[in-house]
Amino acid sequence: MSNFLTDFPEMPNKQFREFKKGVDASYKDFAREWGDLIDAMFDPLLKMLVFFEKTLIATPWPIFMIVLLGLTYWGSRSIKLVIGTFLAFVFIGYFRMWDETMSTIAIILTSVIMSVVIGLPTGIAMSRSDRTQSIVTPILDVMQTMPPFVYLIPIVMLMGIGKIPGLIAVVIYAIPPLIRLTNLGIREVDKEALEAADAFGATKKQKLYQVQLPLALPTIFAGINQTIMMALAMVIIASMIGVKGLGQPVLQSIYNQYFTKGVLYGLAIVIVAIVFDRVSQSYGQRIQKHRSGKIV
Amino acid sequence: MSEAKIQIKNLYKIFGKNPKGAMENVKNGVGKDELLEKHNHVLGLKDINLDIHAQSVQVVMGLSGSGKSTLIRHINRLIEPTDGSVTVDGDEVLKMNEEELRSFRRSKTAMVFQRFALLPHKTVLQNTIFGLHIQNISEEDANKSALRWIERVGLSGYEDKYPQHLSGGMQQRVGLARALTNDGDILLMDEAFSALDPLIRKDMQDILLELQDELHKTVVFITHDLDEALKIGDRIAILKDGIMDQEGIPAEILLNPKTKYVKDFVEDVNRARVIKAKHIMSEINGQDLSGAMPIDQDDFIDRFIDKVISDKPDNLIIQDKDKKNVGFLSTKKLSEILKR
Ligand SMILES: Nc1ncnc2c1ncn2[C@@H]1O[C@H](COP(=O)(O)OP(=O)(O)O)[C@@H](O)[C@H]1O
Ligand SMILES: [Mg+2]
Repeated sequence: MSNFLTDFPEMPNKQFREFKKGVDASYKDFAREWGDLIDAMFDPLLKMLVFFEKTLIATPWPIFMIVLLGLTYWGSRSIKLVIGTFLAFVFIGYFRMWDETMSTIAIILTSVIMSVVIGLPTGIAMSRSDRTQSIVTPILDVMQTMPPFVYLIPIVMLMGIGKIPGLIAVVIYAIPPLIRLTNLGIREVDKEALEAADAFGATKKQKLYQVQLPLALPTIFAGINQTIMMALAMVIIASMIGVKGLGQPVLQSIYNQYFTKGVLYGLAIVIVAIVFDRVSQSYGQRIQKHRSGKIV
Repeated sequence: MSEAKIQIKNLYKIFGKNPKGAMENVKNGVGKDELLEKHNHVLGLKDINLDIHAQSVQVVMGLSGSGKSTLIRHINRLIEPTDGSVTVDGDEVLKMNEEELRSFRRSKTAMVFQRFALLPHKTVLQNTIFGLHIQNISEEDANKSALRWIERVGLSGYEDKYPQHLSGGMQQRVGLARALTNDGDILLMDEAFSALDPLIRKDMQDILLELQDELHKTVVFITHDLDEALKIGDRIAILKDGIMDQEGIPAEILLNPKTKYVKDFVEDVNRARVIKAKHIMSEINGQDLSGAMPIDQDDFIDRFIDKVISDKPDNLIIQDKDKKNVGFLSTKKLSEILKR
C-alpha cells in the first residue's frame, strides 16, 4: 500500500519492452514497405534542391554577387543594405566558406518554396472553416513544441540519412508560423471590405484573390520571414542527418573543439540570416507602400 | 404613385442559436430586451412591411442598434432572414440560388458603406471599376465608365491615388463612384455620410440629390440623423428595437407622430422647412375666400411665412401650378401647426 503512494503505478517492465518492440517493429515494417515509394515521391524535390545547389556553386562568384546585390536592391531599394550584403559575402568568401554558404542557401530556398506551397493553402483552408482550424492548430502546436531530434528519428528510419529527410525536418520546423499567420491574416481582413465584395457580386475565388490575400499580405509576409529564419536555425540540426552546408562544419567543431572554425561558420549563418531577414522585410514593407504616406 | 420596386413583407430577423425557435416568443409579443435577457436571442427585425417605390428615396431612420443595417442588408441578401419575403421587381430575392443572387447583385444593386469599405491596395480607379472588373468586363470599357463617375463626384486627378491618401469625404466619393459605376437601378446606402464632418456631409448630400435628379434611382438611405432624413427622403421609415414605428412622407411624420419615440425624434425640427402648403391645407368647402392670400401648394411654409406675417391675411388659398384653387388654410391653423 505504501508502495502505491510513493511509486506511480507504472506499466510492468516486460510489457513496456514488448510495447516498444511492437511499435518499432510495425514502424520498421511500414518503412520497409513504403520507404521506396515515399523516396520516389520526393524525388522531384531532391532534383530541385540538387539543381539549386549545383547552380549556386557552379555560378562564378562575381556573377552570384551581382545577382544577389541586384536582388537586394530590387527587394529593398536601400543602398545601405546592398553595401552591407556585399561586405558580408566578402567576409564569407574570404574566410573560405563560400561553397557551404551556397549549399545552405539552396536548402533554405527549397524549404521556403516547399513551405509556401504547402503552408499557404493550408492557412487558407484553416481561415475558411473553424473546424479545419480546430484540427490543424493542435498539430501545429505539436510541430512547434516537439524537439526536432524526436521527429528526426522516424524520418531517418523511413528515408535514411540524406538531403530529403533533412529538408523534411526543416520544413516541419519552419512551416508553422507561415500557416498560422496566413490563417490569422485572412481572418483579420476587414469585414466591411469583404461585405463590399459580396455586395458587388464577387465569387468566392474573386474574394480570395482580390480581397483576402492582398489584405492579408503583410501578415503572410511576416510568416514567410519567420519561416526563413526558422529554416536557418534548423541548418545545424539538419546537418546531423546529412544536409550539406554551414551546419556541418559547426557540428565538426563541436566534436573536435575547433573554436575559430566554429565561430566563423556560426557567423556565416548569422550573416545569411540577417541578409535574408532585412531584404525580405524591406521587400514586404515596400509592396505595402499604399498603406503609408500623407493624405492629400 | 409608382409601382413598388422593392417589397418587404412580414420580415423577421432573429440572431442567435435557434432563431426559428425564438420566433414563437417574438410572435407572442416578447420584446427585444426580454428576448435577450430570458431567451438569449437578439431581435433584429420584427414583422417589417415596407414598399419602396421606384425612383424614389426611401430613408430608414432609427437610433443605433434599431436594426437599420440589418434591414438594408436583407434587400441584397447579405443577411438571411428568419422569416418573411423580399421581392425586387417582383422577383423573390430569398428564392434565388447562389448564381442568381450574384447576378442580381451585379446588375441591380450597388451599395455604399458607412466606413467606405474601399480596398486599400487598389487605386481610386481600380476601386471604382471593382464591380465591373469582377464581371470580367473589358478594362477599357470599365475604365471609360468609371472615369465618368470619378469626374462626376469631383475626383478627377485622383485616379491613381490610394484610399489611404484621401480624406474621409473623398474616400466616400470613391464609394459613391464605385456604386454608380455598377449601374444598377437600386442604390443601398448604409449611413453613407454618417462618418463625415458636418460640412462635408452637407456636400455629399447635395451631390446625392443632384445625381438623383438626373438618375432617378431607387435609393434606400439609412441614417440616424433626422435633418438628413428630411433633406433626402421622399419617404421615411422609423425603426425602433427592430420594429417599424411609422412610415410615411416627411410632413406626415412631423405632423402626426404615432409613437413617443417618433415624437421625441421630430420634436426639435423646424417644421416650416419641411412642411409644404399642400400637406396642411383642408378642402375648399364654402369658406370665405375674400382677401385670402394665394399660395403655391408645393411651397414650404418658410417660403411664404414672412409674407403672411407682414400682410396678415385671415386665410390662405392654396393653388396648384396652373393657379387653380385646390385648398384652403386659415392663418390660425397655420400658426397652431408652427407652435405645436
Ligand atoms: N451578427 C449579429 N449577431 C447578433 N446580433 C446582431 C448581429 N448583427 C446585428 N445584431 C444586433 O441586431 C441589432 C440591430 O443591429 P443593426 O442592424 O446593426 O443596427 P443599426 O444599424 O440600426 O445600428 C443590434 O441589437 C445588434 O446588436
Ligand atoms: Mg448600422
